[in-house]
Amino acid sequence: MAKPHLMIHILPDKCDFCGCCVGVCPEDAIELKESEISIIEERCTNCKKCVWACPWEVIEFHKDGINNLSTKVNSLDENQFSKSLS
Amino acid sequence: MKKEYDIIVVGAGPAGSTAARYAAKNGASVLLLEKDRDVGYPVRCGEAVSHEGVLQFIEPDQKWIASTITKMNFISPSNIKITMPIDRNIGYVLERRIFDYELAKLAANNGAEVVTKAYVYDLLKNENGVAIGVKALIKDEKVEIKSKVVIAADGVESRVGKWGGIDTTCHIRDMESCAQVTVSGINFDDDTLDLYFGKKTSPGGYLWIFPKGKNSANIGIGVSVEEAKNKSAISYLNDFLEKQFPNASLLTRIAGGVPCAKPNKVMVKNNVMLVGDAAHQVNPVSGGGIITGMIGGMIAGEVAADSILKNDLQNLKDYGVKFQKRLGWRHEIFYNFKNVFGGIKDESMDTIAEAIVKLPIEDRTLAAIFRKALWREPSLIIDVAKVFIN
Repeated sequence: MAKPHLMIHILPDKCDFCGCCVGVCPEDAIELKESEISIIEERCTNCKKCVWACPWEVIEFHKDGINNLSTKVNSLDENQFSKSLS
Repeated sequence: MKKEYDIIVVGAGPAGSTAARYAAKNGASVLLLEKDRDVGYPVRCGEAVSHEGVLQFIEPDQKWIASTITKMNFISPSNIKITMPIDRNIGYVLERRIFDYELAKLAANNGAEVVTKAYVYDLLKNENGVAIGVKALIKDEKVEIKSKVVIAADGVESRVGKWGGIDTTCHIRDMESCAQVTVSGINFDDDTLDLYFGKKTSPGGYLWIFPKGKNSANIGIGVSVEEAKNKSAISYLNDFLEKQFPNASLLTRIAGGVPCAKPNKVMVKNNVMLVGDAAHQVNPVSGGGIITGMIGGMIAGEVAADSILKNDLQNLKDYGVKFQKRLGWRHEIFYNFKNVFGGIKDESMDTIAEAIVKLPIEDRTLAAIFRKALWREPSLIIDVAKVFIN
């Protein structure tokens, strides 16, 4: 099976670079410097643990992949998003 | 900076600086690398410590003490306030920015070399996967620096241990996702810590108000990642602030994570040693990790220097044994206690609080509270028993 494409997106402008997401990442798939953060795509399994861990809601989960942000799903509350669509 | 050291410490928080200090003091050549531009900043911490804890390492100094603490209030889900005097154990709310700086100075004064804006992005390893130094980006230049031992003090976001073959991932059940603001312009009891409990306000954690002087305070919250998947720490904190301090000036806002797990089983592997948050050396109940990390750092620094002096790196393993003997066993009990405490429903917590608040303040010893709690909620007896059996 082909590896699923990346569904995790970190908003760098809003990130506080605290490292909570790195601490729960089982794949060592997040690179964090003083004020830079990025997902290592080859390692990420889209497990969403970082999304849940982020204290500031700056990590988003996009179920159709991050290259297709028009079908954006809110990181925290998918139900609320579907409500806002209806 | 040299090309080779006995020991490289990654991260200049309290644990890293203390490891560097004691390693250097015991005769090792030490390089302490900090990824940020400044040691001590940004501060990702509630900043409360015990007096006795601090005394083990440094003489208390007003320049890094924001408040001296003599009381704690535990506030139940329905706002029943239980005041506890902290008899002998007077604590402090620190100015971590200055405190951390002083600890790094102590490391330097003992002979360690400190370099900031130095980001370690990988380990140098030999053919057997044993660490023989680090690869770092120092002031935007790639460098390789050799060492006999690498001490990973790289915090909750630790990756150095993973590169050395140690699993440092914190389970989402145990990771506390945290947000904190420093507010000003409001009067606080500057000798009192307030802790708010309740599944609705802070599931799997608590909310704190730690005074910094008379009209400023750290107001922060930690929530269990697993229990608060659908709502973020900052969102819980904002709810509280809107209700309690709608007009407060917010001087800082900071995010963070605290690994409230058992201490890592493996603390040494392939000549990599873990200390501080990287080793989950945190009191799992309180989330406090300054002193516990410094104790880890001290033991690791001493053991590393001693092993190098004796030219026997097998001896590094002593560190895990010594830490377990000093603190690890206690953290395991605290961890089980946390799980019992976390299972108490809000209504039960209020029932217990109602019973405790009737006790005169001088009779509020831990044992008396324990008895009251068990009397009001007998089913807790089984859970408490598990704390000691597990």
